[in-house]
Amino acid sequence: MITFDNTSKAYAGVPAISGLNLNIARGELLVLLGPSGSGKSTALKMMNRMVDHDSGRILLDGQEIYSFNVQDLRRRMGYAIQSVGLFPHWSVARNIATVPRLLGWNTERINQRIDELLTLFAMEPAQYRQRMPHQLSGGQLQRVGVARALAADPDVLLMDEPFGALDPVTRASLQLELQRIHRASGKTIVLVTHDIDEALLLATRIVLLDQGRIVQVGTPLELLQNPANDFVADFLGRADRGLKLLSLRTVADYLRPAVPSDIESTDTTHNPLQLDTTVREAISHMAALGVTSLPVYDAQGQLQGSLHAADLLAPGHG
Amino acid sequence: MPVLALCLALACAAAWALPLVRVAPNRLLSGEGVGLTDLLTGPQCALALGLGVALLLLAAAGRRHRAPQGLLAAALACALPLLWWLAARHADSVVLTESPRFRTALGAGFWSLLALAWLACLDAIDRLRLAPRHQLLVTALATVPMVLILLSGMGNELSILKEFMNRRDVFGIAVLRHLQIVALACVPAVLLGWPLAWALVRWTALQRWSLPVLNIIQTIPSIALFGLFMAPLGWAATHWPWLQSAGVRGVGLAPAVLALLLYALLPITRSAMAGLQSVPVAVTTAARAMGMGPWHIVWQVELPLAWPVLMAGLRTAVVQTIGLAAVTALVGAGGLGSIMFDGLFSAANELVILGVVPIVLLAVLADAGFKALTPLTPASRLPNPRAA
Repeated sequence: MITFDNTSKAYAGVPAISGLNLNIARGELLVLLGPSGSGKSTALKMMNRMVDHDSGRILLDGQEIYSFNVQDLRRRMGYAIQSVGLFPHWSVARNIATVPRLLGWNTERINQRIDELLTLFAMEPAQYRQRMPHQLSGGQLQRVGVARALAADPDVLLMDEPFGALDPVTRASLQLELQRIHRASGKTIVLVTHDIDEALLLATRIVLLDQGRIVQVGTPLELLQNPANDFVADFLGRADRGLKLLSLRTVADYLRPAVPSDIESTDTTHNPLQLDTTVREAISHMAALGVTSLPVYDAQGQLQGSLHAADLLAPGHG
Repeated sequence: MPVLALCLALACAAAWALPLVRVAPNRLLSGEGVGLTDLLTGPQCALALGLGVALLLLAAAGRRHRAPQGLLAAALACALPLLWWLAARHADSVVLTESPRFRTALGAGFWSLLALAWLACLDAIDRLRLAPRHQLLVTALATVPMVLILLSGMGNELSILKEFMNRRDVFGIAVLRHLQIVALACVPAVLLGWPLAWALVRWTALQRWSLPVLNIIQTIPSIALFGLFMAPLGWAATHWPWLQSAGVRGVGLAPAVLALLLYALLPITRSAMAGLQSVPVAVTTAARAMGMGPWHIVWQVELPLAWPVLMAGLRTAVVQTIGLAAVTALVGAGGLGSIMFDGLFSAANELVILGVVPIVLLAVLADAGFKALTPLTPASRLPNPRAA
């Protein structure tokens, strides 16, 4: 739905983005990943023309973005940033209503949308609608920030390091909320980050940038299994790349059929493994319990099979 | 409490050493001083002093309670008309015992006591710890006793009211003219200064030459600035008749208003810049990124958030202009300054005071008015403008 066609941008002669070619498909959660100065943020800002590119083209649904009125273009794209930038003199509800009001929605529809979004982000509408931004915690501020970006149901949501300023616990819960919202709504999301774990967790596709150029594009699994060069391998963390791989795989990938002896080893003192538990977590349980195999259950608590440590380290899974 | 104690000590000194009124056989002589102690009998003096000390002790003991502070404020508010009444009574008796030509002028003691009592009154009101709006209301209430006694006609034999009666017709015109000068200078200064500040914040390169210019203007003495405008304005008026028909001449309103406008421009522009710069960049960035137009951002985001600082700057500028407008009488612009200069040139002190007191009152009223206006905006109620 968004296409970069040989797009370049330089700041005072120093190239920030050089000849970028990229096609962003509808419904994907694309992560622009890279060290600082890699041009990832510039690439994001070029999409809603917060930054003008020097050469090449950017297309939205096949149409050159400069053929749109700049304000109409921006209203079609949600935008969330690390510093949130809520309007401090407006209530939570008024903040979320920003773009719908610009688009001239009627009051009833706007109020309905506000309640819908607050509920989506687990904020009780009656309690939070009239709060002022200074009465919210950091995590709540960013939730409202993302809700505001989603308010007019934009075609695409652009996020510039949205969780960078949050504490690890809040960040993790917001990442899961974003993942949930993406899966439920199927919205196209472009997220900029320098946090590899965030990228691996959220992305359906990662674009790894360095010095304004694409180094590698692929799913998290593809990047971890086949890093294109030393830069990719180093950036993903050479030493714990294996562990990261394990956190992308689930117990279901290594499941052995159930045998009667599994039932004897059933242990009720820990959370039993489920089909969608990550392999990384499963190994952690094994290490903690001092065992080399554990039974696996489905969500209803029915025995599905077992997981064996030897299988995890066997060749064949890359 | 130190303010109150200091006020009381100074008031005792003023009452003892300075004349409350001066009595002279005619308008031009400066006359002989009559102190507060001469107007009161011994027991009355003791009573006044005793009351003062009792109030002080009461206020000191109950400094955390509202009732004694309120009582103190009320007592001080009543002290103002009491002083006026004493002076008026003496003026009446002078006219009766001497001759109607005799003048009773208010002396240094009166003005000192008046100022000290008002200061102590404001201090007591301050300690009531009211919300800003209520504080303003109570301050207004404190002036009621003084206003009532002035309206009652008490003190018609005092020299200052005689001067007022002599110039009753020009006095009203002078006040209106004064306000006209202030409005003609400040309104265009805002219309120029706020957009200028907006531009300066956006294109910082402009600051390099425009701010020094405004700073230099501030350093030119006002009379010199009037002089600078007289020749070009006079020349322009003779060459473009439509200017002349619009009332522009080398002297009068035109140079006065132009100079005051330039003086007001710096505080207005500077404060507007500070206000606009206090709007967090993240907020304006978010506004832009969501598709708000430039005007929308100014009206809905920047102006409301910068409002408290804008108002503070405007308040400074207006108060400054009210004071400076007195000097414009020198180039024939009129206003309360003309009454003041009449008094200065004819060595009639009461006339000077008749010009100055309304200027001070206008400035105080303008100051209070702007303070009352500022909390009406949502942004001024935020605990911290950088929140979020």
